[in-house]
Amino acid sequence: MRIGVPAETHPGETRVSATPATVAKLLGLGYDVLVESGAGRAANHSDAAFEAAGASIGARAQVWASDIVFGINSPTTEEIAMLRPGAIVICLLAPALKPDLVAALTERGVTAMAMDAVPRISRAQALDVLSSMANIAGYRAVLEAAHEFGSFFTGQVTAAGKVPPAKVFISGAGVAGLAAIGTAGSLGAMVRATDVRPEVAEQVESMGAEFVKPNVASQEVSSDGYAKEVGADYAAAAALMYAEQCAQVDIVVTTALIPGRPAPRLITKEMVAAMKPGSVIVDMAAGSGGNVEGSVADQLVVTDNGVKIIGYTDLAGRLPAQASQLFGTNLVNLMTLLTPGKDGQPVLHFDDVIVRGMTVCKDGTTMWPPPPVQVSAAPAAAGAGAAAAAAAAVAAKPEKVVNPNRKFWVIGIVAAAFLLLSTILPGAFLPHFTVFVLAVVIGYYVIGNVHHALHTPLMSVTNAISGIIVVGALLQVPSDNPAIKWVAFVAILLASINVFGGFTVTQRMLNMFRKA
Amino acid sequence: MSTSLVYAAYIVAAILFILALAGLSRHESAKHGNLFGIAGMAIALVATIILAINGVYRSGLDEAAKKAGEWGLGLLVLAMVIGAAIGIWRARVVEMTGMPELIAMMHSFVGLAAVLVGYNSYLEVHGNPVYEDLMHRAGLTGIHNGEVFLGVFIGAVTFTGSIVAFLKLSARMSSKPLMLPARHWLNLLAVVVSFGLLIAFILSPQLWILAAMTAIALAFGWHLVASIGGGDMPVVVSMLNSYSGWAAAASGFMLNNDLLIVTGALVGSSGAYLSYIMCRAMNRSFVSVIAGGFGSDGAVTSGDTDYGEHREISAVETAELLTDASSVIITPGYGMATAQAQHAVADLTRKLRDKGVEVRFGIHPVAGRLPGHMNVLLAEAKVPYDIVLEMDEINEDFPSTDVVLVIGANDTVNPAAIDEPGSPIAGMPVLHVWEAKSVVVFKRSMNAGYAGVQNPLFFKENSAMLFGDARDRVEDIIKAL
Repeated sequence: MRIGVPAETHPGETRVSATPATVAKLLGLGYDVLVESGAGRAANHSDAAFEAAGASIGARAQVWASDIVFGINSPTTEEIAMLRPGAIVICLLAPALKPDLVAALTERGVTAMAMDAVPRISRAQALDVLSSMANIAGYRAVLEAAHEFGSFFTGQVTAAGKVPPAKVFISGAGVAGLAAIGTAGSLGAMVRATDVRPEVAEQVESMGAEFVKPNVASQEVSSDGYAKEVGADYAAAAALMYAEQCAQVDIVVTTALIPGRPAPRLITKEMVAAMKPGSVIVDMAAGSGGNVEGSVADQLVVTDNGVKIIGYTDLAGRLPAQASQLFGTNLVNLMTLLTPGKDGQPVLHFDDVIVRGMTVCKDGTTMWPPPPVQVSAAPAAAGAGAAAAAAAAVAAKPEKVVNPNRKFWVIGIVAAAFLLLSTILPGAFLPHFTVFVLAVVIGYYVIGNVHHALHTPLMSVTNAISGIIVVGALLQVPSDNPAIKWVAFVAILLASINVFGGFTVTQRMLNMFRKA
Repeated sequence: MSTSLVYAAYIVAAILFILALAGLSRHESAKHGNLFGIAGMAIALVATIILAINGVYRSGLDEAAKKAGEWGLGLLVLAMVIGAAIGIWRARVVEMTGMPELIAMMHSFVGLAAVLVGYNSYLEVHGNPVYEDLMHRAGLTGIHNGEVFLGVFIGAVTFTGSIVAFLKLSARMSSKPLMLPARHWLNLLAVVVSFGLLIAFILSPQLWILAAMTAIALAFGWHLVASIGGGDMPVVVSMLNSYSGWAAAASGFMLNNDLLIVTGALVGSSGAYLSYIMCRAMNRSFVSVIAGGFGSDGAVTSGDTDYGEHREISAVETAELLTDASSVIITPGYGMATAQAQHAVADLTRKLRDKGVEVRFGIHPVAGRLPGHMNVLLAEAKVPYDIVLEMDEINEDFPSTDVVLVIGANDTVNPAAIDEPGSPIAGMPVLHVWEAKSVVVFKRSMNAGYAGVQNPLFFKENSAMLFGDARDRVEDIIKAL
């Protein structure tokens, strides 16, 4: 099958969805690759380089008519019209935010796969463009800030005087945040970071930054690896923390995004006004509403008190060669997953959570949103990390939660039934029954924590003890009825084998167990 | 000796039995636990024999009855001596690999003894008009009949169930589950009919009713265990252990003997709890075990999946792998027991430890045919118990392990339990051996394990197969070291 790599038409887009290096790998999977003339120009890949890697160069219409069409950004209406029904289009789609686009793609009868809807499970990391792009963007965000910042990042003592190190505050410790922490740290700044997910504190600290958190008791552990919106108490405490940090630091980088929702407003006008003149804020969420009040997408805004707010949305695209290479590799990894036969024939298995999660529409049917995938980004909650992916596909068996009220009722009913029953039982029976019930409870508790290695000895000793049945036969054997006498004889014999054999074999086993 | 002293002795014995069970749950106290058990049993037996002697020499007994009593006491001693001799002899000579069979056999003795004691109790009451009248006037006949009936029923089920378990474990009977049509209905029918007979027996205690129920119970016990596959025997043995306890408790009710009730209930509930632990380890429902025939429902073999090619390795190469390793985990299974490889494995362990290689054992809770079977075998071969770890203790250490030796284990190391939701063993906790750097699987052939499921582990890139008898191959490795 033929893969088409069109030139991106989105204004300001510098990336391309394949590079000569990834083209070679796609050919290795058995595909033909057709690159639109000039597609790689902004990322410094010439048509000749693509041709040398084995791709053919074609015109725009030809590329869009391919069996599979790659892309960075979602296709325009005009581009959708050029797609062949039945074709597969793979690019960033933001299906949750663009229902019209999903509808248009569905109507066209194509299979659309959203590179920004890859489930966050370990196996899928190789094709997660959000991660690879966020990594680049986080790096670039700090460089943009450094460029606008009027001072060093690192502290220095020079002949011309002492320079304090810059203080950098990073909000959101996802991939972008961690990349920003690393970059700012390597430039010599003092870095602090925060995140609504308390479990990432360790990751922040591993990058050499200080983790700061709002002063509230509980924070939610994320179950799907993404941040969620938070409660009111938390929000108030967080606002206080942001205000404090903004007043202290020189650089703020905000990376807070909630998938499928507008970005949360973290930094208000007042906080910005409290910052030192010359400070720089990079709002990496400016494209989806902004974390910072006053940020403008794709613009550098200077406030009245001299604070610069950077709202560039093309941070990853500002490193076009690197971004294209990583995006292209993510696409190659996806195609590897889809092409088990390496024969140029993609196979879409919808029982694979990755494929199912990414597919937005197929054959005229909208498949968005996919069933939720529970993944554990939190190490504490990861009972079986590897099992998470498989568990998602299994019809989830919820833990049986016994309603305490119901339990109460069950006990009550059983007790009442027993009381009723006791009225027809002879009095002599009940004392025995008391003993019986108590012994059952003791038997349950007494071996509650039995060591697994001792299961066999425990069983053989209980077996010996259950030979106590001999007691019954012992009292029967003196009977003057010969039948009873002989039956009791046999019973004593059998039970004695148990008693003596059971204890002996237990002792023998226990003597074998020894410590090093 | 007065009767109250005998009852005091029974209380002491009951406490000692509780201490025995409690002691057996930890290594440090296990031997004391067994001694407590022996002491409790000795006290109980002595007290009961004294009670029996008192009964024979009580005043107001005619000469013939006294004669019969003395004769009976002689038989008592004879029976105990013979029983003790057989029991101790069997216990001394049994191979540790044959432990499951021995325990299953012993359960059947308790079951049969309970049946016999039940019949005797029936004969004692209804064979003696004076006594029968006495019971009747006390209003105890009905409840006594019910107790006899229950005691015999549980005893009979335990008896034949244990016999089948014994036959399956000793390979005298196919370990394949017996699949009769409508087997659950047959079981239900047996229970319903027995319940009807119970009512009839309480109302009119005829011997034929008791005999009919016994026949049904024997067949029911047989069928219950026959429909369970050999791979699930650890749970079955533990379950029968529990049944033998309930049989003793039921006998206690019919004989008005609190010691029997306490002891039977202790054994019954601890055995049931142990079975529950086993079931959890196999991800099976406890109820379906009790009902019998579990583990055979919906076991669809997904044999059509192609996992690729497996790779073979020689003993010499395995030896090289082990020499270069710094940490090794051995995960044994039933195959180690059948090949009697535990001594060779222990020898290998010692050699590797002398070379400074960290060697540990990972034991799946249901490895082998008896709960804790592997531990007993390794202990016999003098492997220190502190390097023998439970699945939960060791599962996290596999990624940092160089070599895993899978010796005769299959289903307990099958990644399909985690990766393949459609697999019959899906959801069963398993040892994550495949996370280690390399895995060597000792196996006789490429056949599937008890669950009849193909094992994708064999086809993983980091695993290699070492075919042949486990003991021979381990000895080859020791030679190559």
